[in-house]
Order: sequence, then C-alpha cells, then structure tokens
Amino acid sequence: MNYRLLYFASLRDRTGCASESLATDAADPRALYAEIARRHGLGLAMERLRVAVNGEFAQWDTPLQDNDEVVFLPPVSGG
Amino acid sequence: MSAFCLADCPIDVARLGRELASRSAGACVSFEGWVRDRNAGKAVLRLAYQAYPALALAEGERILVHARERFAIEHALCVHRVGELEIGDLAVWVGVSAAHRDAAFAACRHVIDEIKAHVPIWKNEFYRDGASGWLHPDGSPVSA
Repeated sequence: MNYRLLYFASLRDRTGCASESLATDAADPRALYAEIARRHGLGLAMERLRVAVNGEFAQWDTPLQDNDEVVFLPPVSGG
Repeated sequence: MSAFCLADCPIDVARLGRELASRSAGACVSFEGWVRDRNAGKAVLRLAYQAYPALALAEGERILVHARERFAIEHALCVHRVGELEIGDLAVWVGVSAAHRDAAFAACRHVIDEIKAHVPIWKNEFYRDGASGWLHPDGSPVSA
C-alpha cells in the first residue's frame, strides 16, 4: 500500500524531509513506524509518540488504508 | 473566526480582547506566554515553533469547546504563534470571559495547560552556545 508521511520537529530533522510517500506492506501504524525507524535510523521509541491518520489521532493497531496520511507525533512542546 | 488559531505574525491582543466582550460578562482573564531568555539553565537566543496545522486546529478547538462545557464561561479564545520568535515575543495568548472571576481564572488555567499538553506544536530553542534542540513538556531535549 502507499502512504503519505508527514514529519515534524525532531523527526523532520532526522529524516531530512517534511513529507514522503512510501510503498510498503506495513498494514498498521505500529508496523509502519518500525519500518521508517529502521529506514531513517530514528531513535525515538514508539512509546513516546502518538500517531495521527488523516488528521485525527489514531491507535497503533488501526488498520491503514491505501493513500492514508500518517503522522508520527513526537512529545509536544507548545506554549 | 475559529476559537483556536495559529498565527505566523504578531498576535493582536486588543482585537482578541474585544471578541471576548459580552454584556453578561463580569470578568475577563487572559494568559500571555512570552519567549524567555533562559531555559533549564541555558541562555536562549530565539526559538521557532512548528505545528501540524490540521490536527492542531482540531485539537485546539476541542479543548476550547470542552472548556465552555465544563466551566461557566461566556467565551474562550486562544492563538498560538508558529515560526520564528525573538526573546520577549508573545508566543501564546488565552482569553476567557465569564459572569464571575472564579470560572474565568479556572478556565483560562485549564485551557493553557491542555494546549501545552495536547496540541501538536513543537518548540525548537536556539541557545547562545550555538546548539539547538526540540523540547517536550518536561523541558528536556528530544533526540530522534
């Protein structure tokens, strides 16, 4: 399946891009994060992240659909 | 205007204050978060905020709707800056109007705490020693 990934903050710095498209067999955010963490050498543990799918918070085992927009959110620090 | 906004230019506090006005409001409480020149013992030169706009706007709106349901208030608004900020700049503004001050103080405190904890906005601090780093809520740097 194809996904569009957006990156923010430290994940954007580490991946070197604000977004990318990815074709993969990963079927949920847990598997997808494992794949991009390996691909980009990300050190942030999944336990410290939240995930959003198509602009809404999602669960790690939410089944993904083709062309979903997936965002892994580092701990926030607004204010 | 939405109750929660992201702004890439200075926040117009006077205009926001007028939007809180209500004939039945006897209290108005606002909070201003400013860019400070130190954090965790390090000299800060400037900072930059990054947001995930789609989710930040939805989550900010949810927090303000919840505040209006939970507290006896008239209006609640919040604007958060994104982009580059200098020391002393206004980074975030929360304003609440209510019939009485207890609800206005409580709701304003609740809103800023919720915004800081949940809205997908990230702060990158640039230090005098040349280093920089993204922060998370306990103030310690995040390394990816």
